[in-house]
Amino acid sequence: MARFTTENLEKASEIISLYPEPRSALIPLCHLAQAQDGWLTPEAIGQIADLIGLSPAEVKGTASFYDMFHTEQVGEYLVGVCTNISCMLGGAYELLEHCEDRLGIRCGQTTKDGKFTLEEMECMAGCDGPPCVTVNYRYFLGLDNSKFDQLVDDLESGRLDEEVPKHGTVFRNARQGGLRANKGEGQTK
Amino acid sequence: MSDSSEKFNISIDGIECEANAGELIITACDNAGVHIPRFCYHPRMKPVGMCRMCLVEVSGPRGMSLAPSCYLQVAPGMEIVTDSEKVKKAQDGVLEFLLINHPLDCPVCDKGGECPLQDQTLAYGPGESRFVESKRHWAKPIPLSDLILLDRERCIQCGRCIRFAEEIAGDPMIDFMSRGETIEVNIFEENKFTSYYSGNTVQICPVGALTATPYRFASRPWDLEQVESTCMSCANGCRMVVQSSQDKLIRNLGIDSDPVNQSWLCDKGRFGFTANQSDLRVTVPLASNEEVSWKSAIDFVADAIKQAVDSTGPESVAIIGGSRLTNEDAYCWSKFARSVIGTDSVDAQLGDGLAPELVLGLPKATIDQACKAPLVVLVGPDIREEAPILFLRLKDAATNGQTKLIEVTPNATSLSKYATQSLFHRPGEQHVVISALVSPQELKPPTQGAPIQPVAGVDVDDITLARKLIQENKDAVFIVGRPSMADSEEILTESVSQVVANMSEAKFLTLLRRANTHGALDSGLAPGCLPGRTTLDLGKEHFTKIWGKVPATKGSSCTEILQKASRSELKVLILLGADPIKDFPSKKLALSAINSDTKIVSITAHMNDSAKLSDVVLPATMFGEKAGTTTNFEGRVSSLGKKVTAPGQSWDDWAIAVTLAMRLGGDLGFNSLEDISEEMEKYVPLYRNLKPHIWESSAQKDGIVLPITGESVKPRWIDPIATPGISSLTHHRVALRDSNDNTLELDTGKTSEFQVLRFEPHQGDLKIPTLDAYSLRLMAPRRLYDAGTHDGPASATEELPSILNLNHYDLDRIGASTGDRVKVVSSTGEHVSKVALDDSIAKGTALIWFNLKANGDEIGASDLIGVGELVTDIRLEAI
Ligand code: SF4
Ligand code: SF4
Ligand code: FES
Ligand code: FES
Repeated sequence: MARFTTENLEKASEIISLYPEPRSALIPLCHLAQAQDGWLTPEAIGQIADLIGLSPAEVKGTASFYDMFHTEQVGEYLVGVCTNISCMLGGAYELLEHCEDRLGIRCGQTTKDGKFTLEEMECMAGCDGPPCVTVNYRYFLGLDNSKFDQLVDDLESGRLDEEVPKHGTVFRNARQGGLRANKGEGQTK
Repeated sequence: MSDSSEKFNISIDGIECEANAGELIITACDNAGVHIPRFCYHPRMKPVGMCRMCLVEVSGPRGMSLAPSCYLQVAPGMEIVTDSEKVKKAQDGVLEFLLINHPLDCPVCDKGGECPLQDQTLAYGPGESRFVESKRHWAKPIPLSDLILLDRERCIQCGRCIRFAEEIAGDPMIDFMSRGETIEVNIFEENKFTSYYSGNTVQICPVGALTATPYRFASRPWDLEQVESTCMSCANGCRMVVQSSQDKLIRNLGIDSDPVNQSWLCDKGRFGFTANQSDLRVTVPLASNEEVSWKSAIDFVADAIKQAVDSTGPESVAIIGGSRLTNEDAYCWSKFARSVIGTDSVDAQLGDGLAPELVLGLPKATIDQACKAPLVVLVGPDIREEAPILFLRLKDAATNGQTKLIEVTPNATSLSKYATQSLFHRPGEQHVVISALVSPQELKPPTQGAPIQPVAGVDVDDITLARKLIQENKDAVFIVGRPSMADSEEILTESVSQVVANMSEAKFLTLLRRANTHGALDSGLAPGCLPGRTTLDLGKEHFTKIWGKVPATKGSSCTEILQKASRSELKVLILLGADPIKDFPSKKLALSAINSDTKIVSITAHMNDSAKLSDVVLPATMFGEKAGTTTNFEGRVSSLGKKVTAPGQSWDDWAIAVTLAMRLGGDLGFNSLEDISEEMEKYVPLYRNLKPHIWESSAQKDGIVLPITGESVKPRWIDPIATPGISSLTHHRVALRDSNDNTLELDTGKTSEFQVLRFEPHQGDLKIPTLDAYSLRLMAPRRLYDAGTHDGPASATEELPSILNLNHYDLDRIGASTGDRVKVVSSTGEHVSKVALDDSIAKGTALIWFNLKANGDEIGASDLIGVGELVTDIRLEAI
């Protein structure tokens, strides 16, 4: 599993061709893989390494530098609760405890069905609406316990699919008309 | 570092001194004798400026500021201050920072006592830490391979190991993972750090984070003793220090010898000392596998020789082997064979080697000359499998743009990705490609207008490009060696003939597999040769004068010796550390020779297959247990150190020859090693002026290329933190002594008393049989780790199965797939072997690595190879 799909493999070659050195495509390819699988699987890392002529260790070394690349499996929804000062004063720890109860996992874990991963986060610059919660890096400010439960229900039932795509989806590409958007191509896609 | 010869003045701590343009500040300071603390900087790798330990104050447009001295280059008039309060505060701060997460478990750390972090903290660091929070904790240790362990919390993130793996070895199998306080060095998933060079990371780690299993918890630096020596695991001759504790070899570290190994070792050489402690060591003399006294063993051998000589003449006694010996041993045995027994049937090479004139008689190039040549042409094997450190040197030369590389090989090699051009030819047709490259005639189509056919399977365009490069670089260096045991060395001789005949300026570096083959040949351990790179005919007069007598006619080569033995025409066969059953290309002949009526005497350190079947086995000392000198494939002589006592009743090989000679009523005139080197220096022009004082001087480190041409060897400063384990042993200072040495002047050797051997190109007429449509042509290249008797340590590499590898096309043709058993028919008979798919192998050819351990349904390459055939063709049938 987790090899690039035929379509993504084409995309990958397109990305690589944008750079004078194949290795420069490392980060965009990691995005592509994470968009496909939700996280960076070892197989994907191996394939990326092959595609750009690096070793898998080098690819993982670079990918693991960035917090938003996940080299361990995460759920479809990555729920982050900020516990920095503003949010802490706004009841972040109490909310975090409730999140653990509601999802039935401890912070840092993923639910059995692979839907949710719960994380404690540093300040996400949502300090004006503490406590700040993000789901796949989309903000949900000023949540209390019941609003959080509602959020989970909405996510589970698919009511928020438009707003919160599955973890890994890189929105920018889709919205702005593809990879060559800045070259004036594909604007209408 | 710098290529430019421009020099200018700078000031270091207020003292004016001269610096070279392009030089790093840290190098300029080293040269001026001002020590700057450091961790990440290593003189043999590109600087990265990562650890900040080397901060100094440097003058710039905005006044004095702190800068990493390992990263910044000197500039004219630059002022450098290394001892100001500001610098001291910076050093103090960097060390306090590095120690925040350092466990300080020095009492249980292998580096304790030779640790740059310990030493530099004591010299430059804070007395106390202000850090009270808990440190990071990791599972300890984690294996990066079966050989290399990592204690992550000790790591100071200098990146030396990672940079070595990528930049020097070209094996980027380890990298930094994660970031900040969770950063760690690691491998990717299950991909182990299986580099041939992995041990070097342990050698250069400035803390105790990386350890290798053979040394882990085995000793303390203050219990170690060390001596300078030269690796004898292959013919590269890497300089190393050999360390022991309580009379047991325990660690080898690479010496920074500029012309040879530049401080690196391969794992085979680095961990080779474990063979000294192997269970296979022979420690007492054996007759018919029963322990006997030395006296009765010597009596037995001497009587057998005497009887043979008396009844059937001296040529019914033969000697095979010699590459395990020191130069002194080899000289002694050469003299014993020629002057006491009277036989010329001596051969240091087991039919796996090259004709002596190919080794001794060509215009030679050193490793350095090859790496500085505009063009190197590799004609032969995968160098990484044959001479791993030469591979590193060539890879470096090719990647930094100094040297263009053309390879003419049957298969892709480790150098292929660094080569300008790779010409992969049909096995056995190397000389055809060489001829197309060097001959004065351009390639021509068979009839006008017709397309030109590929040459031995090589595309015409590739030939044309390579040919152009070669024609433009008439002074190219040719590195030549046997690409495969399955085809005859005559093919290589033919290729070399072509080059010599057409390119008078070309130079050669001849690859040899076994350690001191060159030294053995220099000493005349080859039929028709005498010491000093001469032949029986040319040197007869000279050596009759000093030795009393030499044989009248040329004796038999290894193959002929084995043939004579198998026909029982030979009475006594002495195996000098040789194991024909494993190492001779054709196992059938080797077995029938050893199993014949010939009396077999094995002089060996290890119980090998041939020794098991020998009538007498005499235990010999080995590397680390004896002193002397050895000669690498450049013809460079360097010293061997004796560090430990040999086990049991082992004797030095020279002493065995001297005793046998005495028992036979002869006298070699040697009572000590010094007697032998004295005679060599006095009577063999090649060794003239190779006097003992050389081994006491700075020349020791780099060895001496023979014949001595009268240059001087300048002292060179060596960075003590580059290889911490060498410099810390202050009571046995070796390899660093340059700093207080003077320049050594070497006197040129006198002109020869006799002519030396020359390679004469001959008009070749090799008739390579055409490959019929049902056959496959066999390749049997060698690997670094094989089933030889070295009994090395757990290597980091995987063991390969000894089976036939084929292209999918050829597999399909016999309807087999990976893992199937097939019938293999060669000129030696019918065999059964498993097969495997390998599409890197060309259609119509099959590959089986030479001398791997064959289990069950596997087959050895030597089972298939016949004697005296130019190539080995096989047929496969499904079963
Ligand atoms: S393991 Fe050693 S060599 Fe490698 S980065 Fe850490 S301290 Fe440096
Ligand atoms: S390359 Fe050869 S000489 Fe050098 S360390 Fe390895 S085995 Fe020893
Ligand atoms: S403190 Fe929570 S978002 Fe800034
Ligand atoms: S920064 Fe110069 S030695 Fe590390």
